[in-house]
Amino acid sequence: MQWETVIGLEVHTQLSTRSKIFSGAPTAFGAAPNSQACAVDIALPGVLPVLNRGAVERAIRFGLAVGAKINSPSIFARKNYFYPDLPKGYQISQYELPVVAGGSVKIRVGRDENAYEKTICLTRAHLEEDAGKSLHEDFHGLTGIDLNRAGTPLLEIVSEPDMRSSAEAVAFAKTLHSLVRWIDICDGNMQEGSFRCDANVSVRPLGLDKLGTRCEIKNLNSFRFLEKAIDYEAKRQIEILEDGGVIRQETRLYDSDKDETRTMRSKEDAQDYRYFPDPDLLPLEISEAWINRVKAMLPELPEAKRSHYMTIYSLSAYDAGVLAATREMADYFENTVKLLPASAKLCANWIMGEVNGRLHRESADIAQCPISSAQLAGLLLRISDGTISGKTAKDVFDAMWRSEYGSDADIIIKAKNLKQISDVGEIEKLIDNILAAQPQQVADYRNGKEKAFNSLVGQAMKATKGKANPVQVNELLKKKLTE
Amino acid sequence: MHRHGFGIYPSLFYDLPRLANTMLNYSLKQLSTLLAAKKISSVELTGEFLGRIKVLNPNYNAFITVDEKMSFAQAHVADAMIASGQAHPLTGIPIAQKDIFCTKGWLTTCGSKMLSNFISPYDASVIERFNAAGAVNIGKTNMDEFAMGSSNETSFYGPVKNPWDITAVPGGSSGGSACAVAARMAPAATGTDTGGSIRQPAALCGVSGIKPTYGLVSRYGMIAFASSLDQGGPIAKSAEDLALMLNVMVGFDTRDSTSLQRETEDYARNLAKPLQGLRIGLPKEYFVEGMSADVARAVEAAIVEYRGLGAEMVEVSLPNTKLSIPVYYVLAPAEASSNLSRFDGARYGYRAPEYTNLNDMYQKSRAQGFGAEVKRRILIGTYVLSHGYYDAYYIQAQKLRRLIAQDFAEAFAQCDIIMGPTTPTVAFDLGEKNSNPVQMYLSDTYTIATNLAGLPGMSIPVGFGDNNRPVGLHIVGNYFAEAQMLNVAHQYQQVTDWHIRMPHKLTA
Repeated sequence: MQWETVIGLEVHTQLSTRSKIFSGAPTAFGAAPNSQACAVDIALPGVLPVLNRGAVERAIRFGLAVGAKINSPSIFARKNYFYPDLPKGYQISQYELPVVAGGSVKIRVGRDENAYEKTICLTRAHLEEDAGKSLHEDFHGLTGIDLNRAGTPLLEIVSEPDMRSSAEAVAFAKTLHSLVRWIDICDGNMQEGSFRCDANVSVRPLGLDKLGTRCEIKNLNSFRFLEKAIDYEAKRQIEILEDGGVIRQETRLYDSDKDETRTMRSKEDAQDYRYFPDPDLLPLEISEAWINRVKAMLPELPEAKRSHYMTIYSLSAYDAGVLAATREMADYFENTVKLLPASAKLCANWIMGEVNGRLHRESADIAQCPISSAQLAGLLLRISDGTISGKTAKDVFDAMWRSEYGSDADIIIKAKNLKQISDVGEIEKLIDNILAAQPQQVADYRNGKEKAFNSLVGQAMKATKGKANPVQVNELLKKKLTE
Repeated sequence: MHRHGFGIYPSLFYDLPRLANTMLNYSLKQLSTLLAAKKISSVELTGEFLGRIKVLNPNYNAFITVDEKMSFAQAHVADAMIASGQAHPLTGIPIAQKDIFCTKGWLTTCGSKMLSNFISPYDASVIERFNAAGAVNIGKTNMDEFAMGSSNETSFYGPVKNPWDITAVPGGSSGGSACAVAARMAPAATGTDTGGSIRQPAALCGVSGIKPTYGLVSRYGMIAFASSLDQGGPIAKSAEDLALMLNVMVGFDTRDSTSLQRETEDYARNLAKPLQGLRIGLPKEYFVEGMSADVARAVEAAIVEYRGLGAEMVEVSLPNTKLSIPVYYVLAPAEASSNLSRFDGARYGYRAPEYTNLNDMYQKSRAQGFGAEVKRRILIGTYVLSHGYYDAYYIQAQKLRRLIAQDFAEAFAQCDIIMGPTTPTVAFDLGEKNSNPVQMYLSDTYTIATNLAGLPGMSIPVGFGDNNRPVGLHIVGNYFAEAQMLNVAHQYQQVTDWHIRMPHKLTA
């Protein structure tokens, strides 16, 4: 039987506010345990939550970016359960009326001729507070509680079960990851837990409409784990069904060391969270004026940029996607092209090839690039005006990167005497010398051995240390040989 | 007919220490005048009341914590404020604080074993406001555990006794505050009111108390029972004193999202207004059944008095008010079950001495730390919020809550103020209703609806019923009508003396 995998994701994004969602304590990562937990965060008797409007604004920004409805009012609700890292005994979240409803995200799956686009619908996105952390190591059988993270603002983004493979799920997660950074609501740092995914996975016979019983895999904090966990889980479920078994609805954990998922709790053990509206917080009203203010400050979105690049600069979908992957990358590209409007393809190729390759090797991102967009444009200008060849440009680029003679292409070209020789007389003289010294190769060429021509070109380039304009060398050589 | 004043019944007091008997009935304004004139210092005044507490409290149990050192330290600050001309109307005056308000450096127990070791590291907004006004905290008053109770018998620290009859309950949950004011252990006190917890004890102890419109007094630092109903307010001898207390307690607070931002008002500004033409609504449902004959007599006499003051009576109807108790006993426990989850033995408060694992620690700490009434309400609240019951109970109760509020809106279209009895009976005996929670709940039958509607309500003494126990008149105003309600109460207190009568015999 052929099986279809059905996946929906729940993504917790940590919002980039400086203070917590319901208190004034700071949210910075990595502080000494419990040094960033105030009276509200540790839930002293009598304390009350006050909503951080910065968190709401980020939720609005997200809602607008995915074309969702901004609910007004939306309601904060209490999710009740006991755990030591949950000081109040309830988490303030949103249940029946989330701040963001609906919306969709366009994803691009695969590369080249197998690539396809797909729209993934969102169910909702709601604001909630994060819990603290339980630390089980280093306390000699006791558990340490760090409440620094308690009260950190989260936007939980819930998708419809619209994905059909781990590749689609990863593409969706990556698109979302890029989007939340693009609109500057989340730093996207997955190691620090700023962006974590839960995957709801089920399988069904291909062609059937009815959804299978799903399992939820919790806390996948890398794209690779997301992919592997889904693949493992789908395989596990298919094997059970093919053996005539049934899937039990449950929550599972992915063990990356063993590359498997295992039961965390079954549906029967699922707690009754006794959600009810939090009486300490009024319904959240978001005015049309507030939405419009946020809208006015929203940057051009990645999807718009991609099609912009494809139409204006005639870039391929793939190239446009890479250059619009992050706002920093897009800015870098656009700032470079601005100085070289006629050479967009050249700019794109260099940024995606040399710049990205070098950054990748050094595990850096575009923000840390030692060559500014203006400096890169300065280098590319010298290729397009024929001052240096593309090959020489790579050497200049290397020098710029290492800041040998600084990062100005012209200074380096001059200092290293790399200027291309384009003087016809000078090149003719050079070719005459080579032809005189290589009568055998000349004869070979005239007898139809094309290879001999390449060798002659190579000698001309070698004699000028690569500075001779290769186009001119080609033309003049051909002319001389046919004389 | 007696004018408001002091020294009317000096002989009724036996030789309780030092504080001149005449001064016991001084209004806050009179005390303030004495302090300003340097006739007495705040340190002396504080000493007098502390002395009285020392003598009376062992029998009446109105205070959980008295800390002379801390009180005197504040009195010294107050004296300095007065000396430097920076005095506010309450500067230097001792105020008893209900033990529900977190008070920095003070044991703050909320009447529970669960917080029997909790020294608050911060001040509630209300406490901050009294501190800024230069008032002296004279002690933390006893209360029903987590404000759940109507007799003060659920306190971990033992019941408070009624100053009018030591075998009677003082009411609750602010029983300690009402007792302290009635026995003149403090000139005024704070309370909180979720379903009648200021008004019912005020009525049963023969003193005045007001629960303001929901949102006027910040709940920050006031330990939550049922957040959508809880409201702080004062208990004092007279409407005039309540006005001065409200002037300190009311104010917008950014730390409480349900706090209302309004222009500051002087709650004493309308006290002297004549009541000519005032339309008093009498809900017909209040005067039919449930009210005992002695209470009815006193309330009717008060109504006659109001007629004499120029008010006219209008019959109004609050048809859904009979649903108040069932609605309240769904909503208040629902919120409480969640609000009290933080008391888990993990970070502060009581933790069971022995446990085997995390769940065992939670279970034992909560089983040992909470009393029976608190557990009962947590169970009810957990039940009504549970999957499958939520719609039938919680949602239904919320709908009825709106109907109850709607009743009041319609009634206020026909009248300015609503009156009735505060409680169906006078104070009952200690232990009388202990074994029957529903009987106990019924003693808040007249007060609960105003909490559900968020309306302001007050109680003033209007005489005595059986066994010479006090009767309270319930005055309900429209939203933000506190100044008008105080005016209505004050005018009555200008022509009657119930509010300055003191218990004849206090057991010292």
